[in-house]
Parts: sequence; structure tokens; C-alpha cells
Amino acid sequence: MPRFLLTKFARAMLTILLVMSFAFIVLRLSGDPAQVLLGPDAPQDAVDAFRARWGLNDPLWQQYLAYLRQLAAFDFGVSMRDHSPALQLVMDRVPATLALTVPALMLKICIGIPAGVYAALHRESVADRGVIMLSIFGFTIPSFVLGLVLVLVFAVKLDWLPAGGQDGWHYAILPIATMSIGGIGILARFSRSAMIEVLGQPYIRTAMAKGLPWRDVVWKHALPNAAVPIVTLVGFMVGALIAGAVVVESIFSWPGIGRLIVVSVANRDLAVVQCILLVIAASMVMANLLVDFAYGALDPRLRGAAPGR
Amino acid sequence: MNAILQATGLVQQYTTAKSLFGKPGTVRAVDGVDLTVNPGEVVGIVGESGSGKSTLGRMLLGLEAPFSGRVSYLGRPMPAPRSAEWRRLRAQMQLIFQDPLAALDRRLTVAAQIAEPLDIHRIASGAERQERVAALIHRVGLRPDQARRYPHELSGGQRQRVVIARALASQPRFLVCDEPVSALDVSIQAQVVNLLRDLQEREGLSMVFISHDLKVVRNICDRVAVMYLGRIVEEAPSDRIFADPRHPYTQALVSSVPKAGAGLRGRIILQGEPPNPAARPAGCAFHPRCRIADAACAAKVPALERHDGRLAACLKLQSNQRTAA
Amino acid sequence: MSFVLIRDLKVAFDGVQVLHGIDLEIAPGEAVGLVGESGCGKSVTWLAALGLLPGKAQVRGSVMIEGRELIGAPRAQVEAVRGARIAMIFQDPSSSLNPVHRVGRQICESLRLHRGLRGAAARSQAIALMDMVGIPSAATRIDLYPHEFSGGQCQRLLIAMALAGKPDLLVADEPTTALDATIQAQILDLLSNLRRQTGMAMVFISHDLGAVSAVCDRAAVMYAGRIVEQNDIGRLFDAPRHPYTRGLFDAIPDLDAGRARLHPVPGTVPDPRKLPRGCAFSARCAAASGLCQDHQPELRPQRQGGLLACFHPAQEPAARRQEMLA
Ligand SMILES: Nc1ncnc2c1ncn2[C@@H]1O[C@H](COP(=O)(O)OP(=O)(O)OP(=O)(O)O)[C@@H](O)[C@H]1O
Ligand SMILES: Nc1ncnc2c1ncn2[C@@H]1O[C@H](COP(=O)(O)OP(=O)(O)O)[C@@H](O)[C@H]1O
Ligand code: SF4
Ligand code: SF4
Ligand SMILES: [Mg+2]
Ligand SMILES: [Mg+2]
Repeated sequence: MPRFLLTKFARAMLTILLVMSFAFIVLRLSGDPAQVLLGPDAPQDAVDAFRARWGLNDPLWQQYLAYLRQLAAFDFGVSMRDHSPALQLVMDRVPATLALTVPALMLKICIGIPAGVYAALHRESVADRGVIMLSIFGFTIPSFVLGLVLVLVFAVKLDWLPAGGQDGWHYAILPIATMSIGGIGILARFSRSAMIEVLGQPYIRTAMAKGLPWRDVVWKHALPNAAVPIVTLVGFMVGALIAGAVVVESIFSWPGIGRLIVVSVANRDLAVVQCILLVIAASMVMANLLVDFAYGALDPRLRGAAPGR
Repeated sequence: MNAILQATGLVQQYTTAKSLFGKPGTVRAVDGVDLTVNPGEVVGIVGESGSGKSTLGRMLLGLEAPFSGRVSYLGRPMPAPRSAEWRRLRAQMQLIFQDPLAALDRRLTVAAQIAEPLDIHRIASGAERQERVAALIHRVGLRPDQARRYPHELSGGQRQRVVIARALASQPRFLVCDEPVSALDVSIQAQVVNLLRDLQEREGLSMVFISHDLKVVRNICDRVAVMYLGRIVEEAPSDRIFADPRHPYTQALVSSVPKAGAGLRGRIILQGEPPNPAARPAGCAFHPRCRIADAACAAKVPALERHDGRLAACLKLQSNQRTAA
Repeated sequence: MSFVLIRDLKVAFDGVQVLHGIDLEIAPGEAVGLVGESGCGKSVTWLAALGLLPGKAQVRGSVMIEGRELIGAPRAQVEAVRGARIAMIFQDPSSSLNPVHRVGRQICESLRLHRGLRGAAARSQAIALMDMVGIPSAATRIDLYPHEFSGGQCQRLLIAMALAGKPDLLVADEPTTALDATIQAQILDLLSNLRRQTGMAMVFISHDLGAVSAVCDRAAVMYAGRIVEQNDIGRLFDAPRHPYTRGLFDAIPDLDAGRARLHPVPGTVPDPRKLPRGCAFSARCAAASGLCQDHQPELRPQRQGGLLACFHPAQEPAARRQEMLA
């Protein structure tokens, strides 16, 4: 078991390192922070000082090594803009983002999965068709369109809810709605097909042939099997808790990670961008690990070696 | 008589990616097989699932290089897979396997499928190509109008006929049939078995016929090799092996075939599970299930040797005369 | 009195009729074989009887168990029959067990349902059942998962599960088709021993005529959704009268015969969407006449015993034997 854990952990670390290296190189190659931060009219000596200050004159590989050394010491750098610690800047924004994404995830799970399962159990019924239609609507419409439509209807026309900002819980309603509708559709579709697949399996017929009441067939035999693929998808959604709000935060001027990343990229604030990417990569990798463990718990076939025949 | 195909000491092993917990294991799918196929002969391979029949078949055709051992075709060593010489040989040796729908391209008509090998091996073109296709369709007992059909529009037996026609297109001299009739219903199975027999007799094809249906093997094969856990345990002419099996495994296998009207009496019921190549028992691999095994069987590996007009690998052949009846 | 009485059972999927009126009786304790090529409706007959077909199937006719109707009965009533009166096992043992539950739990579930056993009592009974069907060291293997058992063992586990409800009838739907020859022999042996011990009736569905003859008292031959011949095992095998039954028997190679040419049935099974108007076998039948093309022969009791649906049945089996020997 420890070895198994270690390989998983090592693989996770490697993934993060690869993501960070890639981001590092792409960011360095894509434009000069000095130009952006200081403006095109800045005097040459100011630009030179800035470049020296941030080590931008060194060859790329030296910058990269220096960056790795920093990372190893858990030093995530300081913002090039106001010299505050980058990690602090990022972590300050995380709660605001989670305040949107966590309730949205809950909605997706609590509405999407039951709707999909219900549709699968009542195939070809009116409810089933309804779920299919709504879920197609939900995941085909892009969130920026949906967000704008919601703003137009509920903020501009009806004036029930604020169009943007963060000043109380009702400011979160429209962003959360925008974010969850697509996910509900996807999860509903996915749960429906997972459930239909499972219901067609021979072991379901066995459970019925045993004389088990239909309710027990569904709860005890079908759902535990359908849970395996569904958990994969939920895992992806958990991984996107931090990164998944960029568009919506921009639409609703919500002061979360998404906004921070937009601003920092525009400003070429490299340390902050890298730090955000690190947090995002870490959250995704963690979600993946969780999914792996959930697999083992849900399906004994994926648990590895059996305790002997 | 010069053998068309000769295999000596064939071994194939695969590494299995085990779970994250255990270390990767190796599975010996075929573990030291000698086999000769003479011109015009049909050799049957029988044995339980996982005994290495298909793996052996692929090595005989040269589709897979053996881990060790040699295959020679017409006295010359089998060229390495995918070499130019190997590609030329493909026309002469063909594989027919169990699932005809998987073997056919669903987007091509019957005629196009059958013409494929003619194009690949540049055997015929133009009018001659069409003639050949028509002749092949006729030979395997399909109707001329079925040439324009697609595989999904045919029944299982008809699809297998298409597969056979395609295999015959390049005028092969050697066929390996891997469970060619197992997916077919009995009434259709008989049609395809008859077809294979006729073709074989008419064209003097040499054939290796893999099946776990002993009744079909009995009907079509001249000689039969029984495999258990990657090795041949008994090999004899068809008449002899079914009338008078001597290896305890063969005896059980033959007696396990239910006969109409015979009831369940007199059958040898083997204890235990089908063998697992990943955990091969020491000594005679069959000893955990053998009803006459003794301590010696667990210690010594029996060699395949001549015994009463056959080859058999058992330590107790002498004392096991006619115990099965 | 018969235990199960099936009358005029008809099944259609999406408007395509695949069963055209099945009549079948199973007496208590009797072993009945159901043979025929794949797709002729053997499985559908019993899945329909137990209400196990998907919702799109339209089922008509009557299935009575000890005089009580099952077709159209409330769900709870059908569920009370399943497992307790009629148990069923299937062709593909490895995928017929739920992969995410321990096998012990799956057997205990049946014991709780049908015998009210729970906890330690259920567990010890489950171990006893596993012993009974020949799973070695049952006590330690009860907590394993299905993928840790071989196909033959999975079939044994399914049989154990079926026995948990002490059914009066076990429907075994091609229980050995997916298994190796030597394991097939084990399972056949087990089934016939169990039947002797428990006295339950059995329906044995198979296309292996040899296996059917070995374990059954009586057999019905199906073709294209109908029963075409039915008789005691001895009579059916000695003197098959329907041309299809004879065709089936002749098509099977004989282990004791030499390399004689086989006698296939020409043609193929008709598509259920495009059945011929008269006898469904007419296109493949050597004895077919104009009558056969236009009219459907009915399944009628014969003077010599058995049931038969054919206008021109084979009359003299003795003559045929001689002709074959010649
Ligand atoms: N490519 C492969 N990689 C790993 N293992 C393999 C591979 N091919 C075959 N094996 C293993 O080798 C053994 C023999 O397989 P093979 O397919 O030859 O059996 P077979 O006798 O043809 O069985 P069946 O009757 O089921 O077709 C099996 O244990 C199988 O799992
Ligand atoms: N779930 C289903 N949906 C549609 N058609 C089906 C279904 N199950 C069986 N059939 C059809 O019913 C007929 C009889 O099938 P079945 O009883 O399974 O045959 P078998 O005799 O091989 O057991 C076949 O034509 C088959 O295609
Ligand atoms: S060597 Fe021993 S165990 Fe092997 S088959 Fe012969 S008697 Fe049985
Ligand atoms: S009714 Fe006619 S076609 Fe049908 S089986 Fe009998 S003889 Fe043949
Ligand atoms: Mg094989
Ligand atoms: Mg069936």
C-alpha cells in the first residue's frame, strides 16, 4: 500500500512540475513584462533596472533553474506590480471563487444526477424526453451567452437581482445559476446513459430473477455500478472548482481567481500568473487522486491484487 | 513426405501488466510445442480456453514471432513479421477465425472484400479479377447476387463463407482456422464444415483446425493434438485419439462430450478449475485435476513420447490402459 | 396437475412478433429440455413468463403457476414468484453476478428475501450452499468478489443463489454454453445431482442436444418462435418426426462416427420480420408442399404420444435408420 501511494503521489508531483514548466516557458516567450508594466514611454534606464530586478536578462534556462529553486523552498515569488507575496494575493481570492463554485457543484450533483437517473428509469416517458431536451439546452449554450441573457432578464428587465459585484448573498445567485446550468445538463445526460448501460447488464436481470423488489434492484445493484463512471465526471468538476469560474467572474465582476488571472495576464505579472496556475494544477491533481481512491472504493475490480484465490 | 510446416520447440510468453501492487508476471501461453503439418493434412488442436491454441496458431502463421523455437515453412525458416519476404508469404497462408463480422469490413461489399487479396498480392486485375471473384463466390456456395451485399445483410453462415472466399482468393496452401464454426448454429455449422472439407479435399490444402468442439474436430481432422497449459499432452490420428484416448486429460475431455441417449453415466468428471497459465503447477501441469496422479506426478514433468501408436505425455501411461470406457 | 402452465404466450418487440403462441406445461419435479437454434425464442419464453423482459416487449397470453396468472399480475405478485417458486440462471455466469458486491452478500440477499435469514445465520447458510454446489473452502471465499472466481465457479455461485429460495422450478438458460468442455460436464453433473436431492423441476434450455438428452425427461423443439415438436427424451431421439428436429439431429457430427460428410439443414433461420406465410420451416424443408406454403401447421397431440406441428411428418423412423446404416 505505501508503495502504491508513493507512486501516485510522485506521479501527481510530476504532473504539477510539467504544467509549471510549460507555463513558465510560454509566459517568458510571450511578451516583455517590463514593457507592459512600465508602459511604452518608460525611460530606458527604468526598463533596464526592472529587467535586472526580476532577472529577465538572464538566459531562459537560468531563470528556469532559479524558479525551480524558489519553488523547492516554497517561495512563490512576489507580484511584479505591488511586491506583495503572490501566494497571498492568490489565496485571498480563493474564498470568493469557492463561494460560487461550491454551491454550483452542489446544484449540479443534487439536480443533475437524480434527474439523469430518473430519466433512465422512466425511459421514453415525458419526463425522460424533458430531461434530454433541457440537458441539451444546458450544455450547448455557452456560459457567456447564458450569463448575459440572465443579466438582461433578471437584472435589467425585471430588476430582481444585481447584475454584478459582490455585496451580499443575492449577488451570487446569477453567477451560480449561470455556472450550474450547463453542468446540470452534462451530469444529467451522463448519469442517464450510465444508468441505462448498467440496467442492461446481466447482473441486473439476475437481481430481478432473485425476486428482489424493483426499488432494491435500483438502489442496491444498479446505482453502485452506475456510480463508477459518474464519479469520474464529478471528479473533473471538483478539479475545476478553482479554475472553472473565469468567464462567469468576468461577466459578473466577481472578485475571485478568475478575475485575478485576467488582470495578471494582461499585466504580465508573471509570478502571480504562475502561482495561480500552480494552485489550479494542484487542485486538479488532487481531484484526480480523489477519483482514483473513489474508484477503488466503488469497484473492487479496480482495487488491484486480490487476497489470493 | 516433406512437411509443409514444421514447428520445433515453440514457446511464447507474454508479460502481464499486473496491478500496482504486484510485480509484472510472465505468462507462458505456449510452452514448448513441436508440430508438423504434412501436405493435404488437417491437424486439429483442441484444449480448454487459455491452453494456448490461438497463440500457437498465430505463431504457425508467422503473425507473431515466437519467444523461442522455430517455424519452418516448406523447409525454409519463417521470415520475421512485416519483412518483405513475410509479406509475400501472406498469400500462401491464411487465417480464418471465429467472428466473421469482426473479420469483415462493414463498408465494403462482398465482392470488394473478396477482391482485396487479389489487389494486395497483385494476382489479377480487370476482367480476370471479376471472373476470379465470381468463381470464388460460387465455390463457397454464395449466390451471385450476394456479391453486391454488405456483411450486415448476410447471416452468420454466409459471412463465414465470405471470409473463407477471401482467404482462398490468394490461392493459399496453408490455412489456420481458429474456431471457424463456434459462433454458428448447428445446422449452419454443418454447412461450413462441409464446405471446408470439400475445399480442402479438392485443392489439397493443408490446415490447422482449432476448436473446442470435439465433435467437429472428429469430423474434419486427420490428426489431433490435445493441448493443456501450453503443451501438447497427446497427439494421434483422429480415429485413434477419440476411440482410445490414453492421456488422463484426453480421456476426460472425450468423455465430457454429452452423447444423445447416453445419459450422464460413465463420464469422467474432472475436479477443480480450468488451468491458469500464470500459476503453472509443478511437475505434470495436469496433476491437481488428474484422477490417477500420485506423488511422482507433482515432481517430474512427463515428456511427450511414443506410446501405442501415438504421442503422449504422462508418467502413468502403462498403468492407465483402457480405464476410460 | 401441472406446476407451470403456459398457454398461447406471444411476445413482440417494437411490433415484430418473435413468439407466436407457446404452449408448455411443466409438472412438479419434471426436467424439460428446450432446444432450438439461437434466436428461436427459448430465452424470451421464460423471460416473458417471469416478467424479466424490457418494457418495450409486448407480452400476451397466459402463464399460470399453480393456477395463478402471472401475465399482467401486479409487480409484487410476480416478484414473489421469482426466486421463491421459479429461479432462473443464465448463459453468461461471469457477468451475471454483480461485480461490486461480495459473493456472500449476494447469496445472503436471497436468503434474507426467501428464508428470512439475517446476519450469522444467513452467512452460515450461504457457506453451506457454496459447499453444496462444490466451491472449495467456501468459508474463506465467501468474502471474495465475483471477478476472483472462474466462469465455472460463477455458475456454481449462481446456482447456489438460485437454491437459496428453495424453488420448485429452476430454469437454466444455456448454463454451460460459455464454459469449457470439462467444466460443462461438472455443471451438468451438479445440476442433475441437485435435482435428485431437492426434487425441484427443471427447464434446461440449450442447443446442445446431447446435454439435453442427458439431463431431461422430456424436450420441446422450437423453431422461429413456435414449438414444433415435443416428446419424451427417448422417443424424441429415437424417432424424431418433425423435419426440423431430424435436420438438427443429422447436422450434429457424431463423436463415434468417422469422417462422413455432415448433413446440414439447407438455408438459414428466417428473419422474424419476414416470416414465410405458412410453415416457418417451409423454405428449408425437403418435404414441403403447397399446403405448407400457405397454412400454418398446428401443434397437435400424436397417436404415438408427443406433440407435433407438421403436415408431412416423417412416418417410419425404423426405415430411416436402416437407410442411414446402408
Ligand atoms: N497478447 C497477449 N498478452 C498477454 N497474454 C496473452 C496474450 N495472448 C494470449 N495471452 C494469454 O495466453 C494464454 C493462451 O491464450 P490463447 O488465446 O492462445 O488461448 P486459447 O487456447 O486460444 O483459448 P480460447 O479457447 O479461449 O480461444 C491465455 O492465458 C491468454 O490470457
Ligand atoms: N430485448 C430484446 N429486444 C429486441 N428483440 C429481442 C430482445 N430479446 C430477444 N429478442 C429477439 O427475440 C427472438 C428470440 O430471442 P431469444 O429468446 O433470446 O432466442 P434464444 O432461443 O436464442 O434464446 C430473437 O429474434 C431476438 O432477436
Ligand atoms: S503424469 Fe501423472 S498427473 Fe500427469 S496426466 Fe499422467 S498420471 Fe496424471
Ligand atoms: S409443415 Fe411442411 S414445411 Fe413445415 S416442416 Fe412440415 S413438411 Fe416441412
Ligand atoms: Mg482462442
Ligand atoms: Mg437464449
